[in-house]
Amino acid sequence: MKNVLLICQKELKSYFASPIAYLLMAFFGLIFGFGFYTAARDFVRFSFQAQMMGQSQPMNVNEQIIRPLVGFASTIALFLVPMITMRLFAEEKRTGTIELLLTSPVDDSEIIIGKWLGAMLLYLCVLGMSALNFAMLFMWGKPDLKPVLVAYLGLILQGGVLLAVGEFISTTTRNQIIAGGVTFFVCLLLWLLSWFTAFDSGATASVVSYLSIVTHFENFGKGVLDLKDVVFYLSMIFFALFITGQSMESQRWRA
Amino acid sequence: MIKVEGLTKRYARTLAVDNISFEVEKGQIVGFLGPNGAGKTTTMRVLTCFLPPTSGKANVAGFDVLENPLEVKKRIGYLPETPPLYPEMEVVEYLTFVGKLKGIPSGDITRRLDEVVGRCAIGDVRDKLIGKLSKGYRQRVGLAQAIIHNPDVLILDEPTSGLDPKQIIEIRELLKSLAGDHTIILSTHILSEVEHSCERVIIISQGRLVAIDSVANLTKRLRGSESVTLEVEAADGRPNPTEVQQRLEQVAGVSRVVMKDSKNGRLSFEIESLQGRHIRPDLARSVVNAGWSLNEMRALGLSLETIFLQLTGSEQKEAQVEPTVIQGDQQ
Repeated sequence: MKNVLLICQKELKSYFASPIAYLLMAFFGLIFGFGFYTAARDFVRFSFQAQMMGQSQPMNVNEQIIRPLVGFASTIALFLVPMITMRLFAEEKRTGTIELLLTSPVDDSEIIIGKWLGAMLLYLCVLGMSALNFAMLFMWGKPDLKPVLVAYLGLILQGGVLLAVGEFISTTTRNQIIAGGVTFFVCLLLWLLSWFTAFDSGATASVVSYLSIVTHFENFGKGVLDLKDVVFYLSMIFFALFITGQSMESQRWRA
Repeated sequence: MIKVEGLTKRYARTLAVDNISFEVEKGQIVGFLGPNGAGKTTTMRVLTCFLPPTSGKANVAGFDVLENPLEVKKRIGYLPETPPLYPEMEVVEYLTFVGKLKGIPSGDITRRLDEVVGRCAIGDVRDKLIGKLSKGYRQRVGLAQAIIHNPDVLILDEPTSGLDPKQIIEIRELLKSLAGDHTIILSTHILSEVEHSCERVIIISQGRLVAIDSVANLTKRLRGSESVTLEVEAADGRPNPTEVQQRLEQVAGVSRVVMKDSKNGRLSFEIESLQGRHIRPDLARSVVNAGWSLNEMRALGLSLETIFLQLTGSEQKEAQVEPTVIQGDQQ
């Protein structure tokens, strides 16, 4: 456990010692802020119109601002993850520092989990930029807190899966660009799986849609916490980290 | 301390290490010598548990590298060919990280850190970013990293590569001061390195063990012929080089004459004698009698280079490097 934290701390330091962490936070903040501004402006405009037309139906901040924005954030995450994970192993392999880690009295699993945690924490920092926007809604409005928390839990779990997948891909190459590119395509593919089955039913379709990361996010986005989805994400994280370990082990034997 | 039995490591297509066995006693400094691509790095990587052997056994400090890698890793300090440094860290920060990684209790870290900083003479750059350091300092930080946890066994892959002659001497001194409590294996393809700092030499070539002995014994075993360098003044192109060479070849007891250089009106030759012949007086007489000026004549001891070439076969002649040439190649 001590080693996990040590490696996690080291990863986090490298992220923040280079521009990558600040760039990701800035870009995510900017894009999300733009989306937030648009959503909030339209919300205000519609609610004025609704009032003038004398409609009594109340507007709902959760439904009309937070929910689409959370979906938006989960999509941006697909682009962020490759940039976070591509360096995890590829860089250490290229510069040779992997030799230090693998010849130190540390278990492979400690390295893998430590690195994943480091990436997770950076991802949380980036996501945190969106929370600043939502904080404004809570300052001047009264949205429901619970669905927001559930949505964030979903974002964190979905991010955890993608980061673990990205980490696995990073172990397979010493070229960061390749690691990042492949991770991006895999993320995209996982996302597309939900389209594939949108209007389908049947055994194949349900298996494919079960595997889609996005399908499982839908409930979280609605503010519904379903144990099934949590279990799916956790088992995916476990599985991806497990094959990361297998990948390291197999390269040791093949190298 | 280190025991290797029948170690073989096969990569996808190549056989990097072929059935090597050797033992290293506690407290010894052993030089691991071989041309580039001989399997030095691979053997070291097996000993440090970075790579598993294809077959055979390697035992470090009583623990097998396959069965007990964590115990082995605790007792080993390793400096790979490229020092494993994180450019974005400061020197102290890096060494603290490595110290913790190697399992030094947090109470002892500062003490150990100060000690290795002093030993490796990196006090000037303590608070600098590693990415900004020169090659020499990087190498020393790499060495500091290897010894920070005071390991029983030190494995150094070309520790002096990329250093200037003064730094090389400093590293040699440092290694000598470490020997005794530490068992050290260092690899190099620079032969004088081994002559200076090692008690024993392991010579490998093309993955096979060629010789393992003390430096003195190896020299004794292969002594027999004498080699001499000789320099003749040759102003305005006279005498001409072939003339001199022919005359030298005719001296009794000479087996081979090689012209080394002809610069600034000086011709220098390297001459080898037949087994057991003393040729220097005759050589001098021959040159002087021809009316040429003899500038210099010097007997060369049978150097490790010669031994090395004899043992690894003459096809490696091209790989021979001058002792002072600084090599920084990567494998």
